[in-house]
Amino acid sequence: MRTPTFLLICLAIAAAVFAGSIAIGNDYVFFAGYVILQYVVLSTAWNILGGYCGYVNFGTAAFFALGAYSTVAIYKLIGDNELPHVIPIPVLMLVGGAVSAVVGLGMGYLTLRLRGAFFSIATLALAVVLETLVVNWDYVGGSRGAYVIRPEELPLIGSYIRYLFLMMMLLAVAAISIARLIEHSRLGYGFATIRDDELAAEASGVPTLRLKLIATTLSGALMGMAGAPFPYYIGYLQPDSTFGLDYAVNSIAMPLIGGTTTWIGPLIGTLLLGSLQQVATVTISSAVNLLIVGFLLVFFVIVAPNGIVGLVYSYWQRKPEEFVGRRHVDADAPGPVP
Amino acid sequence: MIFSFDLLINAIVSGILIGGFYAAVTSGVSLAFGILDIVNIAHPAFIILGSYVAYIVNMTFGIDPILTAIVATPLFYVLGAGIYQVYYVSFEKRGQESLRGLAFFFGLLFITEVSLVLYFGVDYRYVAAPYIGPTWHFGDVDLPLRIMVPCAVSLLLIAALQLILTRSFIGRAIMAVAQDQLALRLMAIDPIRIKRIAFGISIATASLAGAFLIIIQPVEPSVGREYIGRVFAICVLGGMGSLPGTVIAAMLVGIVESLTSTFYGPSWAPAVSFGFLLLTLAVRPAGLLGR
Repeated sequence: MRTPTFLLICLAIAAAVFAGSIAIGNDYVFFAGYVILQYVVLSTAWNILGGYCGYVNFGTAAFFALGAYSTVAIYKLIGDNELPHVIPIPVLMLVGGAVSAVVGLGMGYLTLRLRGAFFSIATLALAVVLETLVVNWDYVGGSRGAYVIRPEELPLIGSYIRYLFLMMMLLAVAAISIARLIEHSRLGYGFATIRDDELAAEASGVPTLRLKLIATTLSGALMGMAGAPFPYYIGYLQPDSTFGLDYAVNSIAMPLIGGTTTWIGPLIGTLLLGSLQQVATVTISSAVNLLIVGFLLVFFVIVAPNGIVGLVYSYWQRKPEEFVGRRHVDADAPGPVP
Repeated sequence: MIFSFDLLINAIVSGILIGGFYAAVTSGVSLAFGILDIVNIAHPAFIILGSYVAYIVNMTFGIDPILTAIVATPLFYVLGAGIYQVYYVSFEKRGQESLRGLAFFFGLLFITEVSLVLYFGVDYRYVAAPYIGPTWHFGDVDLPLRIMVPCAVSLLLIAALQLILTRSFIGRAIMAVAQDQLALRLMAIDPIRIKRIAFGISIATASLAGAFLIIIQPVEPSVGREYIGRVFAICVLGGMGSLPGTVIAAMLVGIVESLTSTFYGPSWAPAVSFGFLLLTLAVRPAGLLGR
């Protein structure tokens, strides 16, 4: 399928979902749906670096929070008393994305020296450092947190949450299209060589550093864009929860449960896990959420190492191309037995 | 900021003491990550589990937390050995330990933490022991016993571990498994068994470290997260798998953190370990006492 066709189909589905949510007539649908869409973007972004290149990023929360705090900084800059919603969400997304992209680029240079687990630990530590900086930065609220007033109504769309939902939906469509585009391009093949054997790729003339820089920058930018509207969604932004490990575990669990080597894996994982979490939050408690995520993550990495997509693939072995596109073929093969 | 000599000496002393405790926290990771190459990112969660075991026994029977922890080490050992068995069968054997093994431990971290939250809530818990409270004074230097005691026991623990690793047969086998598994097989030793034992010991240290933690500060389930970055920074700084290096690195980090929080404010202290980590990786990736 060509990318424009794919994009059109995605937009059509998005429009249908939006219309359907309005038809339900309860704004709670938008509040719940927003979170799921946000995780679609986060897990897709994580997967560009983690699934395609094989670099596990534990710092999703750092990039997400960077986007959110860019918005807070702008909000403070234009003043609380002026019309707070004069800056449209797409602009905020671009600013938040740009800030996160710069940090992502910096993280990319870390991969020069740090491979595997060392890289992951460094990203985790990166989140801690950024949190320390934000906690000590009084302008954006410091450890007290910052309030952002959400406008009540908007012309044409109605309540503000619908607007946020719509924006996040468009971002999710964009993220998925980008991920799909990468997968079927030279870039994607380059990423796969890094994942399979970085040394061999480098030796064969693949510009690994440049590819990794592209991956970290893109991944970081998308995460930042997902974070930018968040202050308007939550109303009160606080460093502890914005930098929480919940974002990290979710954005890792969702692609791993869905399947990491394709664009559709993170999407399936997010829709499944995200909806499950929303239901669990309402019916049981929000702490049980993370317990479910933890158990599913452990269960899937042990029982179905290639996620749901991998399961579907082994079920429909006859026509693999339609379901998974280009799959990491050796994933099932037994490794060297020590 | 008025610079005062008292303050400086006290900050350094408390840094050394807290560093002794950090060494106990890191020793398990040094074993698992440094020697066995298992990225047990969930180690801090097991430490919190150790804290809660000490807390429950202390609250119900009033038994000393460190004594409880020593008695509980076999339980933690069995837990660790079990986890290694699952890890080996699911990941190492299939050669998938990098991405999925990491995710596995990340999942374990959350399961442990959230289970504790659901069972005990997020209230801070603490223990009672005779050495919590009194402080010795030497001139201007304060030595709070609640940090002195964990520091001393922690150094004993590390000395014991070092003895086991360098003198006993099992210990030497553990060091050997890090270097050459095949050679170990040729000596008719099962490397998987050795690794299982080593990982069991690694988790067993978490029992003690947990007791130290709850003696030093009140504990709630998510305080373990603060230790993830710190523990790995110390482990890398000390030189993967070297226990004497771990002690030196832990004290170094302790001192710098303590100086930072004394002179710049406690809110800046978490950034210290990351600074150390980056510096180490940039300047000397092998660490202080690396092989």
